[in-house]
Amino acid sequence: MNATLRAASVAAGIMAAAGVVFCVLVFEPLGAIPVQHGYRGTGLVELFNPKVVANETVLNKIPAGLPQLPAAGVKAGVAYKNVQVLGDISVGQFTRLMVSFTNWVAPQQGCNYCHVGNNFAADDLYTKVVARRMIQMVQHINVDWKSHVANTGVTCYTCHRGQPVPAYLWFNNPGPGGAQGMAETNTGKNLMSPAAADSSLPYDPFTPFLQDSNNIRVQGTTALPTGNTQSIKQTEWTYALMMHFSQALGVNCTYCHNTRSFGDWTQSTPQRATAWYGIRMARDLNNAYLQSLASVFPHNRLGPYGDVPKVDCATCHQGVYKPLFGVSMAKDFPELGGVPQPVAATKP
Amino acid sequence: MAEYQNIFTRVQVRGPTYPGVPLSRNGRERLGPPFYSHLMGLIGDAQLGPIYLGGLGIASLICGFIAFEIIGLNMWASVNWSVVQFIRQLPWLALEPPAPSYGLHIPPMAEGGWWLLAGFFLTTSILLWWTRMYRRARALGMGTHVAWAFAAAIWLYLVLGFIRPILMGSWGEAVPFGIFPHLDWTAAFSIRYGNLFYNPFHMLSIVFLYGSTLLFAMHGATILAVSRFGGEREVEQIVDRGTAAERAAIFWRWTMGFNATFESIHRWAWWFAVLCPLAGGIGILLTGTVVDNWYLWGVKHGIAPAYPMVFPAVPDPLTLPGAPK
Repeated sequence: MNATLRAASVAAGIMAAAGVVFCVLVFEPLGAIPVQHGYRGTGLVELFNPKVVANETVLNKIPAGLPQLPAAGVKAGVAYKNVQVLGDISVGQFTRLMVSFTNWVAPQQGCNYCHVGNNFAADDLYTKVVARRMIQMVQHINVDWKSHVANTGVTCYTCHRGQPVPAYLWFNNPGPGGAQGMAETNTGKNLMSPAAADSSLPYDPFTPFLQDSNNIRVQGTTALPTGNTQSIKQTEWTYALMMHFSQALGVNCTYCHNTRSFGDWTQSTPQRATAWYGIRMARDLNNAYLQSLASVFPHNRLGPYGDVPKVDCATCHQGVYKPLFGVSMAKDFPELGGVPQPVAATKP
Repeated sequence: MAEYQNIFTRVQVRGPTYPGVPLSRNGRERLGPPFYSHLMGLIGDAQLGPIYLGGLGIASLICGFIAFEIIGLNMWASVNWSVVQFIRQLPWLALEPPAPSYGLHIPPMAEGGWWLLAGFFLTTSILLWWTRMYRRARALGMGTHVAWAFAAAIWLYLVLGFIRPILMGSWGEAVPFGIFPHLDWTAAFSIRYGNLFYNPFHMLSIVFLYGSTLLFAMHGATILAVSRFGGEREVEQIVDRGTAAERAAIFWRWTMGFNATFESIHRWAWWFAVLCPLAGGIGILLTGTVVDNWYLWGVKHGIAPAYPMVFPAVPDPLTLPGAPK
């Protein structure tokens, strides 16, 4: 073996080692378990990696809750001043809720994250105004968006997970800003897009679809052209939104679609309809609830365009197909619109 | 004795360098003294040079360089001239075709004009290089098979970036110049037009693509396997079949029941390779122009089977009364 060959072998060895290190660092560990959920041969298979699921199970543990209290006694609206939303429940229930909110949203900061120490009724802190609007939002979701959250419902914890600011939010994204002048203008894509699974697809698929109501459907519904003018570029925006879904829920395309015909509802799974309502729900929440806080949030909580933080699928789902693996915390909080789950009938 | 049992060529013949066959236009077509490179010899001929670029070659390289610069500088501009981001995000960056709203009009430079210009220069460069290939083959008295194989690839390139966008009436239908972006474009193209896997010309193209790799592997392996009997002298064995050709032929008759000849294998390989982009180009050309949804086309023509329903029926929520828009 001459020197050149030896050098080439060493170089090949170093590259192979670097490749192994790259794979270990970048890719998820081996051992995903395929779970078939469609007809055989259609490839409707979900992949669950036990190591990833184990990690998610820890992250999605339900915090200990406080026992429910009877509705008896003085109403909170009578006992306290400036109770605008939860005035109809008893003082006991009200206090339980407030302590729960603290545990869910500001366990480190405590009551004073929202309340002024000597006057709990004051609306001096913006966080209190935001919290009130968010309580209304949770009630709205649990009552009016059963098409998406069913009877499982949501609580503050679904998004907040013990953090004052939920981990997954989005703002209107102007992009990093390219050069001006004659150079190609910003096309909204062709940069690393964390919103779309690190692809080069559009990096802000949220504004057109989860704030505005742009058309998501791009596929033709007839074999031959009959006037569908959706372009490939529009498809890339839809595609980016779908990659966000996939990432946010930790699922493949096949969780909702039979990928041989993405647009065909007759071959889709029931989850697709749930997701369809989810898109409308996110739009509704962003426009009716988050947007209404535009003048409340301080500047440092706003996005580059001065826009409010908004929700997408990841805000609740956080990488799991059902937030908190489908465990209902809302069932213990009827004050938030949660649906108490019926006690299983005992067999005689 | 020469062996071919290594991924590198272990035999490097060193003698007086060879200037090439004499051409009718005397020797001034080739420049520079030839020299040997051991590293090049590991993978190919150790002799480098003499070179010949000529007018076509130089014009092609200039046009190619202009296209490369337009694409690269616009990519760099898209990260605001940041060197770090340019290197880090290079595979993500692209020069994007104009928005569909421009149709086939010429957009401002910043909104797709650069894409058109880069496409013009790249196409010119490729066509000039094709002409050069054709002319060089002719100058050497060769057949023009290489040029026509290259033309098959150019056909696919032109369909994607020029012919189909014109038929669709929009430059926006064309492919961005970028590494990941052109792949995302490909996936989006298939999604928009209802799954390209049901496009019969896509199917044919895949057959020829995979077929090409199979034939290439079979042929390469066969020749290496009989090189100890002189099998690498394929061309001689075409007309004067020696023991290498006999052994290779009987090997395939035994294992496959049929064998190509030392000549016909090259026709097989050439046609498979050429038909891959030819068929693919036809498939792309038909997409959107005469077929809007290949899956539904497949259903219509009985190539997409129906499967039993395993889920409860899911009506399109948009069609339900009282559904949010």
